[in-house]
Amino acid sequence: MSSEGSLPAYYEIPPGGAIPEPGSSLKYKTGSWRVLRPVINQDKCVRCRLCWVYCPDAAILELDEEYVTSKGRRYKITYKVNYDYCKGCGVCARECPVNAIEMVPEPIGGEE
Amino acid sequence: MAASLKPPARGERYKSLFQIPREEWFVSGHRLCAGCPVGTTMRMLTKVIGPNAIIVNATGCLEVASTPYPYTAWRHPWLHLAFENAGAAASGVEAALKVLKAKGRLDRDIKVVAIGGDGGTVDIGLQALSGMLERGHKVMYVLYDNEAYMNTGIQRSGATPWGAWTTTTPAGKKWRGEWRPKKDIDAIVAAHRVPYVATANPAYPVDMANKFKKAFELTDEGPTFVHVLIPCVPGWRIKDDMGITVARLAVETGVWILYEIDHGEFRVTFPVKRRKPVKEYLKLQGRFRHLTEEEIQKIQEMVDRQVEEVNKLVGKEVIGPVA
Ligand SMILES: Cc1ncc(C[n+]2csc(CCOP(=O)(O)OP(=O)(O)O)c2C)c(N)n1
Ligand code: SF4
Ligand code: SF4
Ligand SMILES: [Mg+2]
Repeated sequence: MSSEGSLPAYYEIPPGGAIPEPGSSLKYKTGSWRVLRPVINQDKCVRCRLCWVYCPDAAILELDEEYVTSKGRRYKITYKVNYDYCKGCGVCARECPVNAIEMVPEPIGGEE
Repeated sequence: MAASLKPPARGERYKSLFQIPREEWFVSGHRLCAGCPVGTTMRMLTKVIGPNAIIVNATGCLEVASTPYPYTAWRHPWLHLAFENAGAAASGVEAALKVLKAKGRLDRDIKVVAIGGDGGTVDIGLQALSGMLERGHKVMYVLYDNEAYMNTGIQRSGATPWGAWTTTTPAGKKWRGEWRPKKDIDAIVAAHRVPYVATANPAYPVDMANKFKKAFELTDEGPTFVHVLIPCVPGWRIKDDMGITVARLAVETGVWILYEIDHGEFRVTFPVKRRKPVKEYLKLQGRFRHLTEEEIQKIQEMVDRQVEEVNKLVGKEVIGPVA
């Protein structure tokens, strides 16, 4: 499920094995590595940015999405997990200062 | 909370985590192990240096995991190098940029950043690095130090600490893991009298960002060097989620002292009032599992000596006693 398309023929490869497309690893979805998946509790999250900073895989998205907690607190940003790339390491859950992230078993088949 | 604050201007410091640019330059889809803090560190490095840089990278975990052909996690112009020549290749790229500028064929300020692992830096790449420093190439060199040759299966390097198990320093009745102390590469680099040398740690992101920023800017004067401690999931025998916690404990125990040497001026950037016993750092890592109480005590004494040396250098107690 991870790669897209087929490899080019040798004569199509740029000299020196150069990769002409920056950031092409985005085509390779590492989400299939995951055994446990992080789930962010948006009500508990205090928007400290630490999970976003620590994630080795840039798999925590920082979105300009407003969120109002059940207690009426309004936030301008929302942190969401990008399950296409999250490898399930659990660093975010361990480092979250308010334990807003729970690691739950990945559903079998990998679908939500 | 603001989405993103403006990054600091040239010469200024990051004060908040929210000043780190949101845009990613070391992108998802790389194949570093789950939980590898090299990913954390490279994201930060590339965000701080911004687009006007060419990166050269000695082989090792980062090089291999970031660019399995035809994929690359880098958005910067990036060069794959041999194990031993990061310093030499960086020198060449910097010299080429200088010539292009002199000939009027380049009007932008593009800087060169070299990245190497501990094996590629303190062992096989040491003479290339020393040459680069000696010749005064305007290059920022980043050493990511996971304390062994991890990419090839956890062989010891000159940066492996005393007592650590590796596949080439086994732990049994006769051998008790690494029996030589960790090489002080920062002192070696500083002895070249370069403008900037610093230690950093991914558990302290603002401190790390400031060191990357300073090192990048000070290449205007000459070579700069940032040494980052990187706990390694399989190599240190830690759980997937423990990389940042273990990195933080290295600082809290005094094993890893956060400092910078700015134009010869030594400064501890993160003072620790009361140290945790080194055992708290060691016990989370399978590579130290074989150690006896006496051996742990020996490591504690080595850390005490290191702390004493630093306090002496600063002229006051910046790193306190074990609580
Ligand atoms: C001359 C040479 N010898 C050996 C190798 C094989 N090799 C590739 S990476 C590596 C170890 C890299 O260790 P380090 O620099 O610490 O980086 P890490 O993999 O730990 O990130 C070795 C031995 C090589 N590429 N070239
Ligand atoms: S670490 Fe926790 S509190 Fe902070 S942004 Fe992430 S989920 Fe929210
Ligand atoms: S072996 Fe260690 S340093 Fe290499 S990718 Fe895995 S966790 Fe990172
Ligand atoms: Mg290494």
